Amino acid sequence: MKPKYVMLAVAAMMSHSALAAEPQVPINLPESKPGQYVHQAPTIDDLMADESINPELRKVILKGHDIFMNTQQFRGKYVFNDMNCKTCHMGEGRMNWSGPVWPAATTLPDYRGKNKHVNSLEERIAGCFAYSMNGTPPAYGSDEMLALTAYHQWLAKSAPVYERNIAGRGFSHLGKQIPEDVSYEKGQAVYEANCAICHGNDGAGQKKDGKVVFPPLWGDGAYNWGAGMTRIYTAASFIKNNMPLSKSGSLTDDEAWNVAWYINSQERPQDPRYTGDAKATREQFIGFHKHSRYGTEVNGKVLGQHDNTGEKPFLKPDNLKPRTFTFE
Amino acid sequence: MLKRYWRLTLAGALLVSGAVQAQGVAANGQQIVMQGDGSGAPCLACHGLDGVGNNAAGFPRLAGMDADYIAKQIRDYNSGNRVSVIMQPNVDNLSEQQILDVAAYYAQQPVPAAAAVSSDAELLTLGEKIAKRGDWNHYIPACESCHGPDSQGMGATFPGIAGQHPNYIKQQLNAWRAGERHNDPNQLMTGVAERLTEQQIEAVAAYLGNQQAVVAEGGQQ
Repeated sequence: MKPKYVMLAVAAMMSHSALAAEPQVPINLPESKPGQYVHQAPTIDDLMADESINPELRKVILKGHDIFMNTQQFRGKYVFNDMNCKTCHMGEGRMNWSGPVWPAATTLPDYRGKNKHVNSLEERIAGCFAYSMNGTPPAYGSDEMLALTAYHQWLAKSAPVYERNIAGRGFSHLGKQIPEDVSYEKGQAVYEANCAICHGNDGAGQKKDGKVVFPPLWGDGAYNWGAGMTRIYTAASFIKNNMPLSKSGSLTDDEAWNVAWYINSQERPQDPRYTGDAKATREQFIGFHKHSRYGTEVNGKVLGQHDNTGEKPFLKPDNLKPRTFTFE
Repeated sequence: MLKRYWRLTLAGALLVSGAVQAQGVAANGQQIVMQGDGSGAPCLACHGLDGVGNNAAGFPRLAGMDADYIAKQIRDYNSGNRVSVIMQPNVDNLSEQQILDVAAYYAQQPVPAAAAVSSDAELLTLGEKIAKRGDWNHYIPACESCHGPDSQGMGATFPGIAGQHPNYIKQQLNAWRAGERHNDPNQLMTGVAERLTEQQIEAVAAYLGNQQAVVAEGGQQ
């Protein structure tokens, strides 16, 4: 065991299991740093058991959970690819090291570098619809938004508001610095050995009875070029801590970086901020795209130099307008 | 990728002979099911001619299972990747074509009507939770996240487990926990099995056993 990993989670599992022997497939998750707030998000079972919750509120939170788990119910309306919220935010959005969603409820409104203004929780969720779901968000104040924000806030129950030193937040524990010896070929080898069995050699994932079981990682069904997951470091940390499913921490850091590099060297629907030229778009949003391969040449082609928006019949959803805070 | 390799090999054979059936022949498979591999018990002795199996004895249902999955298990018994003192001597004389034939035969049998093996409502509720939502506090993803909608299976890799006999499911989960079964690709089942509690195994086996199985049709659409 690497010393940088605590065995807290594993210890809990070993006492959980009747077999207290060394696990054959341990869960190796990063250690929380001293002083960090460690949250234990409630479950739907807790919600059902909590008699203090108004039944109307419970109904709204449950709908939020339902949208989170099955966002495909809005396919063609808000979602134009094969993603659900739970695809990236594993374990119903509750899990540390898996982009837990509750911190959005305790740390927003806040300034966001991605769009250079102060964002509310609704606007943050709207970003997921515009980029990761390659779609357009439910209207602010709509039933769907109310349900989703209620689910986020309820998951944050008892967490300190505006505490930013949060254990297991986001997907960035490997840091942002891509190792210099990362390569497409090494990533492809890792992919074919560990990922292709579910996601396919073509990255298209697998469906059954029209339901997405293994999500696409590139191509028209995947997240678009503006999604946070296109950043190599975001994908690398997500993969390290969550993939292959049920084997968190089983890939080496090096394997995670290389396979993230490989996956994010493939084509996907256009960045909604596209200006008509991928290299120019990259430069305009370099704070974001310096971490992606968008607008750079890979295998003889400039990634993202195309008009393909996937299934989505438009490029830019209305919510992506710049916002100036004019109150004086 | 063994499956693709075999397909390539068979496709090559097809080109050469021009007449070989690339897939198993169910009618020939039926003969083997009735007669065995020549050195052991015939398949039907435990799995039945209809492939329904037997819960009390822990003999799995094969009827309607994915043919490529069945074939892989037989190959794994022969290679030692999956260990069973009962299965191995009964399939060790089968040729590759006979393995495909047996698999094709059982895959084509109609699935039996669901048997309400368990009526313990509390147990079934817990089992349904594991199957549909998992237990993420202990890093147990839902069965459905790999075995597909309603745990009816995803292609050759993730077998349909809805409508499988509870005793067989328990037996296999315990075999993974004990390190006695290890032919899951990339160890995708091992970690989940060893994190389940005895009660969760009991519950999920009961819940899955109570569900109506659906004939496998391959995961990729």
